[in-house]
Amino acid sequence: MKRATNVLAALSVCAASAAFAAPPAPGDVVYEDGAVAQSLTGAPGDPAAGKVLMNKGSGNCIACHAVSDLSELQFHGEIGPSLDGAADRWNEAQLRGIVANAKMTFPETMMPSFYKVDGFIRPGNAYTGKAPEGPLDPLLSAQQIEDVVAYLMTLKE
Amino acid sequence: MNLQYALGIAGLTLAVGIGTAAFAGPDEDKLVINDVIEMITEAPAPEHVKQLGTIYSGWRFRTDDTQALEADDFSNPAMLAVDAAAEAFSKVEGEAGKSCASCHEDVSKFKGLAPSMPKVVDGKVVVFEDMINSCRTNNMKAEAWKWNSDEMQGMVALIKNQSRGMPVNVTIDGDAKPFWEKGKEMYYTRYGQLELSCANCHEDNYGNMIRADHLSQGQINGFPTYRLKQAKLISVHNRFKGCIRDTRAETFKEGSDEFKALELYVASRGNGLSVETPAVRQ
Ligand code: HEC
Ligand code: HEC
Repeated sequence: MKRATNVLAALSVCAASAAFAAPPAPGDVVYEDGAVAQSLTGAPGDPAAGKVLMNKGSGNCIACHAVSDLSELQFHGEIGPSLDGAADRWNEAQLRGIVANAKMTFPETMMPSFYKVDGFIRPGNAYTGKAPEGPLDPLLSAQQIEDVVAYLMTLKE
Repeated sequence: MNLQYALGIAGLTLAVGIGTAAFAGPDEDKLVINDVIEMITEAPAPEHVKQLGTIYSGWRFRTDDTQALEADDFSNPAMLAVDAAAEAFSKVEGEAGKSCASCHEDVSKFKGLAPSMPKVVDGKVVVFEDMINSCRTNNMKAEAWKWNSDEMQGMVALIKNQSRGMPVNVTIDGDAKPFWEKGKEMYYTRYGQLELSCANCHEDNYGNMIRADHLSQGQINGFPTYRLKQAKLISVHNRFKGCIRDTRAETFKEGSDEFKALELYVASRGNGLSVETPAVRQ
């Protein structure tokens, strides 16, 4: 009997997540005036994980942006605007759109598109300088996009 | 120097109020090599890159410490390679039993050549590496040097050094035109998964910090350049390769037709700046 309940419980978890089972492929994300209303994972992101991505790996947002909340880290860039107060200027859907593909909000912007996998000129295999071996991964996964958006939502002045 | 320092501090205070843009720009330092050769590190932008307003040598964007290394040949770490090349110049190699000096007597004969390079000859862009290897293989019957080898870049540096201080003056019309156009197109192409062009960094954002790097105009008047990070002389094409790789792109090869066209174009953006070879960069 006990086993049966567990199976049931497991099933219902599956059922619950099935609605958001797979994040949309980058090409299927719907932008409205640059904004993306739906969470890419169907769940809120983790701001602490997002904070780490601002500095590291494929996020590296502070290469171009200054963020006072991250002032313990050295060398913030000056290419884009300071992200202080970003959540006062933009709502969550707009921030999701900017992080996923900033060119939908700011055409021609220098900011890379973090949730995009095609349409590039001579894309490479990460930073090797070589041709890619297969399809490209987006710079940030759906989960990572949500984490970064959750972090940006904490940037209020 | 003191006044500049004070101005710098004033700029800093202002910047807090009005945003980071106030940091933007080259410094005001003057480059006089060995206290003798006055270098042009700032000039009116040539007509074909009017949008820049003023062109600046990369030297103007480096820290005082790095700048000082280039200002004096005794402290310039590239001079070791240049001295080695001066010896190689008169060293007999290859089956023809000749050295560079057998045909060219003294390397000082090359004074005045660097400002016009690269140039188009017989429908091809010729860069120094090509000239040197063609002498080695055809006239000396010696082995070609590898593009990035210390021997090759040392020899390019030695020859360009003869023209140090003279203003760059690369031809962009006539036979050069189609190559120049091709190079220009590359300069504005947004390569790689990061979709960044040379112009995004070196035209739109020179003077700004990208993480820990102070962006210059990406001029090549000082190449081959001694890069402290790599602890050796690096070629123009090696630098191009690194910059394109950093856009998460598939790069081009050193010596490729693409990079030669790009070299011609980028060199012409520095028309008016002094040849600074061998420059020192971070
Ligand atoms: C290569 C440079 C670059 C990188 C890397 C970059 N951005 Fe940007 N970003 C910009 C620029 C430039 C703008 C200004 C938009 C424009 O072009 O008008 C911008 C705009 C923004 C804005 C809107 C500005 C505001 O606050 O009003 C947000 C939010 C933002 N970026 C977040 C991020 C995040 C998060 C990351 C990393 C995951 C990131 N950016 C990485 C260059 C960059
Ligand atoms: C993502 C930004 C970025 C892009 C795109 C980029 N560069 Fe750079 N480049 C840099 C940085 C950072 C440096 C080191 C600081 C400096 O000298 O500007 C540099 C340095 C250089 C230098 C050395 C300058 C000197 O004074 O020694 C040259 C030349 C150069 N780049 C050319 C190019 C060309 C040509 C392209 C395009 C094919 C290009 N760069 C694309 C970031 C970039």
